[in-house]
Amino acid sequence: MSLPPAAPLLEVEEIHTYYGKSHILDGVSLEVGRGEVVGLLGRNGVGKSTTLKAVAGLVHPSRGEVRFEGRSITRSPAHRVARLGIGYVPEERRIFPLLTVVENLRTGLDRQGVTTARKKELLEKVYAYFPVLAERRGQAGGTLSGGEQQMLAIARAMMLEPKIILLDEPTEGLMPRMVSQIREIINVLHRERVAVLLVEQNVPLTLEASQRIYILEKGVVRHHAPAAELQVNDAVIHQYLGV
Amino acid sequence: MAFLQTIPFDQLLIQTINGIVTGMILALVASGLTLIFGIMDVVNFAHGELFMLGAYVGVIVLAATGDFWIALVAASLIIALLGAAIYLMTLRPLLGRDPLTTILATFGVSLVLQNYALWQFGPVARKIQEPFTGHFTIFYLDYPWYRLVIALLAAAIIGALWLFLKFGTYGIWIRATTQDRVMAQAMGIPVPWVLTVVFAIGAGMAGASGVLFGPLVGVNHTMGLDWILKAFIVVVVGGMGNLAGSIAAAIFISLLEAYAALWVSPAQAIIVSFVVLILTLLFRPTGLFASTPR
Amino acid sequence: MRVRHTVVYWTGFSVILALLVIAPVVLPEFWRRFLTEILIWGLLAMSSDILIGYTGMVSFGHSAFFGLGMYGAATALLSVQPPNLWLAMLYGLVGAAAVAGFVAYFSTRLRDIYFAITTLIFSQIFYVVIFTWTEVTGGENGLTFSRPPLAIPGLFSVPFTSQTLHWFVVAVVTLSYLVLRRITRSPFGMVLQSIRENEARTRAIGYPIERYKIVAVMLSGLFAGLAGVLYAVQNRFAAPDFVFFLVSGEAVIYNVIGGIGTLVGPILGAAFFLLLREGLSRFFTEYYLIPVGLIFIAIVIFMPQGLLGFARRWLNE
Repeated sequence: MSLPPAAPLLEVEEIHTYYGKSHILDGVSLEVGRGEVVGLLGRNGVGKSTTLKAVAGLVHPSRGEVRFEGRSITRSPAHRVARLGIGYVPEERRIFPLLTVVENLRTGLDRQGVTTARKKELLEKVYAYFPVLAERRGQAGGTLSGGEQQMLAIARAMMLEPKIILLDEPTEGLMPRMVSQIREIINVLHRERVAVLLVEQNVPLTLEASQRIYILEKGVVRHHAPAAELQVNDAVIHQYLGV
Repeated sequence: MAFLQTIPFDQLLIQTINGIVTGMILALVASGLTLIFGIMDVVNFAHGELFMLGAYVGVIVLAATGDFWIALVAASLIIALLGAAIYLMTLRPLLGRDPLTTILATFGVSLVLQNYALWQFGPVARKIQEPFTGHFTIFYLDYPWYRLVIALLAAAIIGALWLFLKFGTYGIWIRATTQDRVMAQAMGIPVPWVLTVVFAIGAGMAGASGVLFGPLVGVNHTMGLDWILKAFIVVVVGGMGNLAGSIAAAIFISLLEAYAALWVSPAQAIIVSFVVLILTLLFRPTGLFASTPR
Repeated sequence: MRVRHTVVYWTGFSVILALLVIAPVVLPEFWRRFLTEILIWGLLAMSSDILIGYTGMVSFGHSAFFGLGMYGAATALLSVQPPNLWLAMLYGLVGAAAVAGFVAYFSTRLRDIYFAITTLIFSQIFYVVIFTWTEVTGGENGLTFSRPPLAIPGLFSVPFTSQTLHWFVVAVVTLSYLVLRRITRSPFGMVLQSIRENEARTRAIGYPIERYKIVAVMLSGLFAGLAGVLYAVQNRFAAPDFVFFLVSGEAVIYNVIGGIGTLVGPILGAAFFLLLREGLSRFFTEYYLIPVGLIFIAIVIFMPQGLLGFARRWLNE
């Protein structure tokens, strides 16, 4: 099925999720175009992480739809969603602690239809972007520092050769020096034509890196604007995030 | 110390070898159990019955083909398939639920399998012929070759498992799923399939153990009960989910029991393993051989 | 609404009680004994419910408590002449409580799965000890003894008939049920249930979880031991088979089939199971456990609330 060029890569339409009796997402809608960097802002607990999990297939909405490249993936299991080309980097990084760096990367690399040559190519590419991972390739993931683990988590997702990467608070708990590295990585992804859906508490970073911003509050999208506009007119930011 | 000198050295040696042989088989059984527990938090009560059915399949295939080794391979494969079927029918539906339900479900399966064996094969014990007879002499006592071969084979199977887990894509998938099931899915690893395969592997190992052990004792429908008990003790003492720990614990406990059998009856020798368990629970509840937290 | 519920409950209770009392008069001997056995196993399953249903701990240790109750009673009836019912009860309960305390001390600090395995292993420890310590326990063959009379020393002494024994068992089981019901509804019972719901939170609030668990195990053990005493008195023998962990497994099965966390459910489960066994054994002889086991698995998967829970929901709709 060929896609008209303007159709969004990812469409989230009015999804509702529950956690027990709590209504977490109350009708969230957003979209991400090919190669776009889209930011998702909001206070703690409004449902930003849950939105990413719903896209990744780790949480299944009880209502609403998630479409990827025009196909509905709302009920698809997470491993199938990943193979379709959606990479997920969770809030706590969650690299496999007892696997080495290489083995962590291989969890994304060892897929059907990827030749050995291509695997080598991808590994070389990621080592070029993240030299520290090359250095520590034989080390167990759990022994890496916080920043290194974050890089590994992103690199691992890149091994899936995804069309979009879901980043959940990549700069959380990182030193300021590392924050600019994350900024660089998002640039790299953009250059590689990988779309990014970025959830962040770091507002300036998000405004800089993204093309468009959605602001979430209490499980609903309250505001949606180009990032440039919000950089100029930050009253909206103050209103919803109080920063 | 003088007390120890009253034991003839050759008996001590024999018991050491016996302990190691039994220990290796126990290690094989316990490895499957701990593998399954590590990856899906399921205590497989039916594991002893998989061991028992493996022995019975061995009896049947041996009678049909006359070849012990074919029987061994056949039993492993058939029990592995049975394991996959059990997983798909009873454990997969219980995945999201309270882990207590899996204990109950596997307990139910063990009852069904035990009585199935009783129904199909009757209460009289069967025998598996050793694939080769022949003894070698240690000092002036004869020791059967076969027992040594069992120990070596069990070690080989466990070694193969270790290699499989360490290298190779599937090994990585299994280890990743064990460490973080959710992220494994998010990385595209087909977790439902991995869980089924791991359960099948565990079952297959139990089945193989049954055939290997068959020639040493009679094969009957209650043989699983003894082993599940010992396997549980081994897994707790070794550290739940700790493969290396289970193997070490299996040999350790079997050796202790073998030595104890020099003084007391075998039925009482099992108290040794109980004591080890109690001591472990008191002083090192994560497992005697647990080196690093998993 | 609340009042109506209570009225319905007590009416139902009285009706069932009346039926149980009338039963021995109406039923033939075989069914009379059968009913008595259902009540005894029901009591054992009910004791297990305290742990599974209310505290959320699956225990395979009940065979040890049951067995010690049985052997305790046996000891009293064999060593003290004339055989005294109350002494048998005392010995049995003390024996069961001691074992329960021992098991509780080691096991309660462990979480779910380890707890289940450890209690199972303790059952086996006691099994092996009883099986091999032939001089004291009669080993493989167990102990036989005579049934004590229903007596209050100094007042009267009346040997049990099958009927009066049944009434005695009904009385003991009913009393146990009422006591356990009271306990589960007390603040103590509420804490147990909150442990089942969310142990971490209960601990965070400040409750000494381990202590509550130990008491729960001992309470459970006490009533399991009581069931053992009743069994001994009814059947006049004690055997190591009853200490084998599979007996605990059966108690758990009755519990789950009937409905955990209901106290009445386990008795229903025992009735269901024993009736099923009776019925199926006419066709399947010794292999009745296969269909029973399959039914059990099906209930665990599809009807986790047990028969009682299922009936309740069905009635509510």
